[in-house]
Amino acid sequence: MTGFALPALASLSAVLLLLGLAPDRRAGLIATGGLCGAAGLLTLAYLLAGAPAATLPLPVGLPGSGMTFGIDGLSAWFLLLVFWLGAAASVAALDQDSGKTAPAFPLFIAGMALTLLAADGFALVFGFELMSVASFVLVLTQAEDAAARAAALLYLGMAVLGAACLVPAFALLGGGSFAAMRAHPPDGWRAAAVLALVLIGAGSKAGFAPLHVWLPPAHATAPSHVSALMSGAMTKVGLYVVIRFLLDLCGPAQPLWWAIPLLAVGAGGAVLGALRANMEVDLKLVLACSTVENLGLMAIGLGVALAARATDLTALAALGLTGTLLHAMAHGTFKGLLFLGAGAVQHHAGTRSLARLGGLIHRMPVTTAAMLAGAAGLAALPPTGGFAGEWTLFQAIIAAPHVGGLGFQLVTCVVAALMALAAALAAAAAIRLIGIGFLGRPRSPRAAAATEPGAPMRSALIGLAGVTGIIGLFPGTVLALADPALRALLPGRGIAARSLLLLAPQPDAPGYVAVGIAALLGLAAGAIILAMRGRVMAGHATSPAWDCGFGAPPPWLPFGDPATQYGAASFAQPLRRTLAGALLAARQTLDMPPPGDTRPALYSETDADPADAGLFQPGARMREAASGFVDRMQFLTIRRTLVVMFSVLVLFLAAVAVLQQT
Amino acid sequence: MTILLALLATILHAALMLGAAPLLSGIVRSVKARLLGRVGPPPLQPYRDLRRLIRKQPVIAENASWLFRAAPTASFAAMLAAAMLVPSFARGMTTAGLADLIVLAGLLTLARASVALAAMDVGTAFGGIGASRDTTFAVFAEPALILVFFTFALLVGTTNLDAVLSALRDGTLGLRVSLALVVIALMALAVAENGRIPVDNPATHLELTMVHEAMALEYSGRYLALIELGAALRLLLWVTLIGAIMLPFGMADAGRAPSLWLVGVVLWAVKTVMLGIVLAVFESSIAKMRVFRVPEFLGVAVLLGLLAVVFLFISQGFA
Repeated sequence: MTGFALPALASLSAVLLLLGLAPDRRAGLIATGGLCGAAGLLTLAYLLAGAPAATLPLPVGLPGSGMTFGIDGLSAWFLLLVFWLGAAASVAALDQDSGKTAPAFPLFIAGMALTLLAADGFALVFGFELMSVASFVLVLTQAEDAAARAAALLYLGMAVLGAACLVPAFALLGGGSFAAMRAHPPDGWRAAAVLALVLIGAGSKAGFAPLHVWLPPAHATAPSHVSALMSGAMTKVGLYVVIRFLLDLCGPAQPLWWAIPLLAVGAGGAVLGALRANMEVDLKLVLACSTVENLGLMAIGLGVALAARATDLTALAALGLTGTLLHAMAHGTFKGLLFLGAGAVQHHAGTRSLARLGGLIHRMPVTTAAMLAGAAGLAALPPTGGFAGEWTLFQAIIAAPHVGGLGFQLVTCVVAALMALAAALAAAAAIRLIGIGFLGRPRSPRAAAATEPGAPMRSALIGLAGVTGIIGLFPGTVLALADPALRALLPGRGIAARSLLLLAPQPDAPGYVAVGIAALLGLAAGAIILAMRGRVMAGHATSPAWDCGFGAPPPWLPFGDPATQYGAASFAQPLRRTLAGALLAARQTLDMPPPGDTRPALYSETDADPADAGLFQPGARMREAASGFVDRMQFLTIRRTLVVMFSVLVLFLAAVAVLQQT
Repeated sequence: MTILLALLATILHAALMLGAAPLLSGIVRSVKARLLGRVGPPPLQPYRDLRRLIRKQPVIAENASWLFRAAPTASFAAMLAAAMLVPSFARGMTTAGLADLIVLAGLLTLARASVALAAMDVGTAFGGIGASRDTTFAVFAEPALILVFFTFALLVGTTNLDAVLSALRDGTLGLRVSLALVVIALMALAVAENGRIPVDNPATHLELTMVHEAMALEYSGRYLALIELGAALRLLLWVTLIGAIMLPFGMADAGRAPSLWLVGVVLWAVKTVMLGIVLAVFESSIAKMRVFRVPEFLGVAVLLGLLAVVFLFISQGFA
């Protein structure tokens, strides 16, 4: 059974590659969804069977060496997420105008699956770039929009950067199959270079700060079922590549300081992403920024795992990695759900700007309920999957001081505080997202006329909400599927046994019992309902909102005075003043004309991501300068060309002479 | 037998927390009134208020959704679940295995998020103001809370509240600077979480300064009763938590000797009333601060938490 899983998955992925050619787009989507569902079930069966590692060399690929595919617990864990989300996204796409995305969509899923199934450097880079190119085409779906073109171009640049880093990283590891690389783990400067290259190459795809700048615009611009996959699954594929390199291919003995870049990147990204999620007005930008936050949290778990492994604290390493894997699964599911819901809102309420939404709970009850389930995960409220993941990550960082060294311990406590800040910011963003977008009064006539999406979208939303609930209520059971991954990465050193209903930091310690908490909540709610039933005055009367006596709106304002309702910007104002001023350089200017002047008063606010201002803008300027320089070199006069060539020749010869002497 | 006793203690704990919550609010209110030179309402007034509210038929805004009606139940259920995790008079209750500190923080967030969402459901300005400010305060409170938990985890090795309190009661940890810092940080957090002066004024009638009250403006009848009882329960929960950490003596064991429970209950009552009076004195002696000063107030709590952790690292050479 298990020996059959790898070839079957590989051929399913290959069929997905061909599905882009399907003539009928609707049938193509149905086939994509069906294939993803079958592959997801196959992966689940493989994981349940204990996930024995297997490899499959193929004669195609690089001349002479071909390609090798393989599967083990780690890749199967991520494959499960990719296929499951892929199936849900395909079903949801049936509901929307997806004609333009049809050819590249199965290609995109196949690229992700190939990356995860790769067992040598070439196959991995091939899959990774296939995924990047296919998603670039998908981001470019609305090519008539200049902002979409800019987002897609930035995205393509980052994809090229990814390949430019991953290829030398594999070269430093010696190239060839993963097994060969494992046999000769790098050390010294070589290992440090691999770490840097992987964090830039794969980390940028995973949305690690400070290379996350491309992520919000790209994820917001792509069609929603694609954004769901990009945010839910593709970032996790980037994370998988980071884990594969740092915990597997680089061997078991890496120094403690390896953890520091991951902890710093994670804490910085978590706070920045969560804060930006509170500032953005576009529904999908909010979600994309919170993806940056969640990937930051996962990077922290990975950092703890690396530090613990360097000091032979296997239980702690397992805890950190468990947190990362569990949160990856939980976040992938609820973020996919939220993006699909955002797509439903965009299609059926006409906009995704929070400033023009509101009151959708009355018009789109199913979508709103699903979005509530997703937002509860985003806000890490117990007993959701998001809480289970963050709980484990918090346990990991709280136990991290056991690694030792005062410097590292100080880092851990600062990281823990920043994690808490990010978690609270994410909760604020989730409350803002639901409260402004779905509750209250409509802010535009179009939002007031919103309709519920079609049956495919609704079933995808409900299905994803169900999976989020399962991960939330039974995190221990779900994590049993991650055991093969832990065993593969932290071999034979006694992984903490977990009971199926319990998450515990140590085998014998009390931990988080999701079912128990849910039961407690249910009991309390049931008791309240029972106590309130049979009171003298059941039911309720309705009247216009009290609003401190503000009075009912005039008849020509059917949804009340828009200015008297809190909006997306006003909700974020306290955070903008207290935190964003320092972290996002948020500035606000108010141009208030003097009395008697008929000029309108103008209020404007600006903010900038520090990574954009500090890294991307200077990079763009350097690129401009370099291309200008090349331009000038191209059109030199013949005399100057000769001078340049002659001086280069002299320099070259001088260098050769010096090198030969030593 | 032990299991049954523990279950009995748990039920008794639930009854005590629910029953005493309005009393604590009433005591704080009347002590404050006395300190301000007023006669003030009797301490039992909150019970009468609740009874009156439950009897009345609620009036709900026309465009309120199902979420508006469900939120008080959800918020109160979360608060009650949280209250079940904080031991009052006895440790080792049936819920001891669930009583993780981070879960406790999560349940408090759940309660807060339900009310904040309901506040925005009707689409009034005051609801939005309250929700926005409350979530902002939470953003600054959370890091301090985690650092407090971090300190306990370093000292005891777990974030389970029952285990932490057992270790404190047995005195194996001794007197520590870190614990003192943590208690002060917890008190600042309690003031902010419960919307007391100087962060928020529970007795305010000026809409623009309201935070917690603003979120409940549209509620009436039994819904308002649930929200008020939830607020009282939250105050009692925080006071119980601080009392148990500051003065850990006298806590009984749920699994044996019910005769010792009485001592535990009396000591818990004394601690709770004492802290309630301290709160009233503190509230009476300080002015409410501007909304944008609150982050500084909570920033002090974060710094105290950081100091507590760093002290532990340095003093223990913790590894």
